[in-house]
Amino acid sequence: MSPSRPKLAVWKFASCDGCQLTLLDAEDQLIEIAGAVDIAYFPEASRGMVEGPYALSLVEGSITTAHDAARIQEVRRVSDTVVTIGACATAGGIQALRNWGDVDEFLSVVYAHPEYIETLATSTPISDHVEVDFELRGCPISKHQLLETIDAFLHRRKPNIPGHSVCVECKLRGTNCVMVAQGIPCMGPITQAGCGAICPAYDRGCYGCFGPAESPNIASLASWWGQLGISDGDLVRALRTFNAYAPEFREASEAYERR
Amino acid sequence: MSDAEREIAVDYLARVEGEGAMYLKLRGDEVLDLRFKIFEPPRFFEAFLRGRRFSEAPDITARICGICPIAYQTSACNAMEAAAGVKLTGGLRDLRRLIYCGEWIESHALHVFFLHAPDFLGYESAIAMASDYPEQVAMGLRMKKIGNAVMSLLGGREIHPINVRVGGFYRVPTERELEALVPDLEWARDAAVATTRWVSGLDFPDFERDYEYVALSHPDEYAIHEGRIVSNRGLDIAVEEWGEHFEESHVSWSNALHARRKDGGAYHLGPMARYSLNSQLLTPMARAAAAEAGLGPTCTNPFRSIVVRSVEMVFACEEALRLIASYRRPATPFVDVEPRAVTGHGASEAPRGTLYHRYSVNSDGLITEAHIVPPTSQNQLSIEEDLRAYVPGRSHLSDEELQWQLEQAIRCYDPCISCATHFLDLTVERE
Repeated sequence: MSPSRPKLAVWKFASCDGCQLTLLDAEDQLIEIAGAVDIAYFPEASRGMVEGPYALSLVEGSITTAHDAARIQEVRRVSDTVVTIGACATAGGIQALRNWGDVDEFLSVVYAHPEYIETLATSTPISDHVEVDFELRGCPISKHQLLETIDAFLHRRKPNIPGHSVCVECKLRGTNCVMVAQGIPCMGPITQAGCGAICPAYDRGCYGCFGPAESPNIASLASWWGQLGISDGDLVRALRTFNAYAPEFREASEAYERR
Repeated sequence: MSDAEREIAVDYLARVEGEGAMYLKLRGDEVLDLRFKIFEPPRFFEAFLRGRRFSEAPDITARICGICPIAYQTSACNAMEAAAGVKLTGGLRDLRRLIYCGEWIESHALHVFFLHAPDFLGYESAIAMASDYPEQVAMGLRMKKIGNAVMSLLGGREIHPINVRVGGFYRVPTERELEALVPDLEWARDAAVATTRWVSGLDFPDFERDYEYVALSHPDEYAIHEGRIVSNRGLDIAVEEWGEHFEESHVSWSNALHARRKDGGAYHLGPMARYSLNSQLLTPMARAAAAEAGLGPTCTNPFRSIVVRSVEMVFACEEALRLIASYRRPATPFVDVEPRAVTGHGASEAPRGTLYHRYSVNSDGLITEAHIVPPTSQNQLSIEEDLRAYVPGRSHLSDEELQWQLEQAIRCYDPCISCATHFLDLTVERE
């Protein structure tokens, strides 16, 4: 418990809380982490809120209100290192589907008094607003990758987070390709690894929750999906889920929507 | 002090899931103004679900809450299956119930040890509590891990499981895979008994309320994943009748809609409601633990919800063990569900109370209307009424003490504001 322990803060914006829960789900490491860093600001876990500056800020959620757009500037100001955690913070999340809709119409569908609600027309990733030092992908993030990132921060090294596709993880896991062997449409070839290729191991196609891999060949995958009889409507829906507003998925979904 | 107005404000309520606040203004014992505010920014799930395929509802609505994704997946599946006239039976039904037991264990352990116990013992967090209560914190972490292990085995991962689909699962486990969970679940069951004993000895404020308790109820089992909606005041309806008996209104201070009974007012959802309505169906060790903890046929002190939650952990472990012991791997992992152009209703018991979904689907299988009523939005009125009732006779407390106890009262509900929308901020103002 030396006083020099770096201060950690966990911030929430528009999100489901699942990525910050990942820290509490590190049951075997949590007490050790609390010894290595001073968990100074983490309202989901503690009512003790120590003021900044913070050595490391983990940021969950996307920016959807004017208040939050101002708040993220303050978070950046009081943080040496900002790491965004999860699909909301890195790509705008599922709530970015509003970016293709009419938010006033959305408001009227959900709320009787839209005038009570303050919201922006868009849901955008943290990096659209402030400089981000590192992004952790996933809906939700991987616990293993979160621990690796915190450890890397403590040792002042770069986190070892590969940018290759889920296909590599299927090979490592020894899972037969569900698209080749079973004809199941799978987004694995264009999706970044990190989850451990869970879906194909459960006889299901990857649904892209870690967002686009490095240099994804979406046109090729779309052609394979076409041969499996998948409609353009379903292709667009598949690209527009939790990472819909990630640039590669966004551009492709708009292209196939126009087709 | 007694004649002075004062304000107690909590701008960001801690140890809850999501973003909420509370504001209280009082003069002596008189409450002048009280608001339980939810300022979590809205994410508009019900709007963007329109045009999505019916089969996508479980994965998309899971993202409403990282703490109770199985509740969302189950209520969504129930609604879509009801719309298609499909009902799960046998091993598939058992697996749906088993993964839900995992979520109850995980979520209840998180709440009992990490979110609520620190209130009773005077700590800011469980991490701060760990040096004085190392055994309890270690036990809570291990129980939570075991709940997560059940979800991971059946669901692929504990947060936003990938293996739940309308009609069942993508892949069903073998008997042997499930048997591997048994030793840990037996340990967790015994640990939950010890937890019940431990929390029943905490200090509880004298505070009783006359709630209308609402929960799912099933004739053969302690209801988790399906049942009829019943109350202790005579309500007994099918899930599809929800809209005839409950209504939602929108108040200026909350981004979550307030729900109330159409012919009445506030009602109370969650472990205390389930226990009061269904305790005769608890498993043997859970019943014994409840009796030893001094719980009668009902419990009306919300601060004792931590005891009821612990009893439900005993139950969830016993029930999981029973389901595993009788499990025979189903021949197919799911039953086919063909969408029809109808409206389907589904409900299940999230760890913090009944979660209701309604969807209309067209003949192409696309969602045309979605309606989701999370438990915390339904408990908002009850929370506000508790706070109003708690202050009289306690205005001699310092602002700090009063604020702490009021926060504790809110946390009795294990509010999930991310579900309801998101954030709790407590302000107490005295005149």
